[in-house]
Amino acid sequence: MEERNTSRKSFINYLLGGGFTLVAASFLYPIVRFVLPPKSTEAEPMAVSAGKVGEMHLNSGKIFKFGRKPGLLIYTEQGEYQAFMATCTHLDCIVQFRNDSESIWCACHNGYYDLNGNNISGPPPRPLERLNVFIKDDDIMVSKIT
Amino acid sequence: MKTYTTNLINWLDKRYNIKEIIGFITEKKVPIYKHTIWYYMGGITLLFFIIQVLTGILLLLYYRPTPEEAFESVQFIMTQVHYGWLIRSIHSWSANLMILFAFIHMFSVLLLKSYRPPRELTWVTGVLLMYISLAFGFTGYLLPWNELSFFATKVGTDIAGVIPFIGKFIIRFLRGGEDVTGATLTRLFGFHVAVLPGVIIVILVIHLLMVQRQGMSKPIGLKEVKKGMLFFPDFFLRDLLGWLFAVGILAALAAIFPWELGQKADPFSSAPEGIAPEWYFLFMFQTLKFFPARILILDGEVIAVFIFAALGIFWILIPFLDTKARREQKSPIFTTIGIFAILYVGIITILSYFVFK
Repeated sequence: MEERNTSRKSFINYLLGGGFTLVAASFLYPIVRFVLPPKSTEAEPMAVSAGKVGEMHLNSGKIFKFGRKPGLLIYTEQGEYQAFMATCTHLDCIVQFRNDSESIWCACHNGYYDLNGNNISGPPPRPLERLNVFIKDDDIMVSKIT
Repeated sequence: MKTYTTNLINWLDKRYNIKEIIGFITEKKVPIYKHTIWYYMGGITLLFFIIQVLTGILLLLYYRPTPEEAFESVQFIMTQVHYGWLIRSIHSWSANLMILFAFIHMFSVLLLKSYRPPRELTWVTGVLLMYISLAFGFTGYLLPWNELSFFATKVGTDIAGVIPFIGKFIIRFLRGGEDVTGATLTRLFGFHVAVLPGVIIVILVIHLLMVQRQGMSKPIGLKEVKKGMLFFPDFFLRDLLGWLFAVGILAALAAIFPWELGQKADPFSSAPEGIAPEWYFLFMFQTLKFFPARILILDGEVIAVFIFAALGIFWILIPFLDTKARREQKSPIFTTIGIFAILYVGIITILSYFVFK
């Protein structure tokens, strides 16, 4: 008799506890999903115009919009165009071209990359992501390397 | 008048038994000895907190949390609204002074070992209050949407990404997306004016009730402090005098050195030189710079972040780890830890301003 009672009691407890947990979970799940933002549906651009031919000086760089992210276009001393995603691989700052040292520099934590985007000093752990550059009419076009 | 007051007290006493509380407060004593001065630091921190609440509510009347309007609305507050420059400057200065005095309060409690039984939970709630205050600082920093704060927030939130497995989720949660955008501004604004105030007020009330209930701690070896003063009115009036002094300093700083606004943030421009977080994050920021990009197979940051997280937990647990102080014995190890922490934070912060820049 006694045993039957305790097993019935624990059954009821499990039922209550389980029910409570389920209710709590059914409240929490939509809240957690709500708090995390939806993934952006905006597609990454195939190719964008980063500028016009002839508007940049030799040995200079500029930031352009590559979709929602910043890109860096460099016109080297040798007259070549180079493009990279401008997001520093260290902690997400936006890098800049330095014409005094002919390198790419991140001001946040003093990281340097060479003109091929390779991390050469400071904290950046990886090279910058390189982009394709091609000229179409008088636009300097930039696209992802696939 | 007197009879009205007694009548009111009697009325309340019948219902809520408040004479017990009044009796407790009127008999409460504060020990007097050479370290009594440190007992005022928590009160001054509280004063700055109250000023934060009041000026924060005032700023809310004009501030708009969107990337198109945030910078302009702060500009409007500072140039058009009567005394707007003063209110904003007080909010910024008082925030910094609050953190400064919270640090002084915390380290004085640490060195006097006031966290030992029976006040362990007062320490725990105090450290939590400190962490929440830092979160206030971090979320508030972005709100003017200027260049400095934009990049500091990019860096600060990106650091969360090094946490294994959940790092990416935390970044998305904090930023409201992949990048620091208007979504981030709205989110951090919500944390700053709704979530954090709600949390801090609960913990603050618990902290203050604990302090009032248990009274001031006496340092180890000073079992018999002969002199004492009544908490009310003697200590209370001295507290008020301290507050008056603190308000004077605050007003002078806010008026003579109005807080700057800087340049509006542009998500499509390179980070300018001199990107730095608020001074109370500088020692962590600088330590992060000391770590090499890679240590063996791990990212330097990962290790740095884990060390800071471990220290953060260690700090909360100090009352339970300091076994000597628990037995009312001198505890030189924790004194050394405290002094080392003060020196490290102090020296690195000062060097960040003058040398590492």
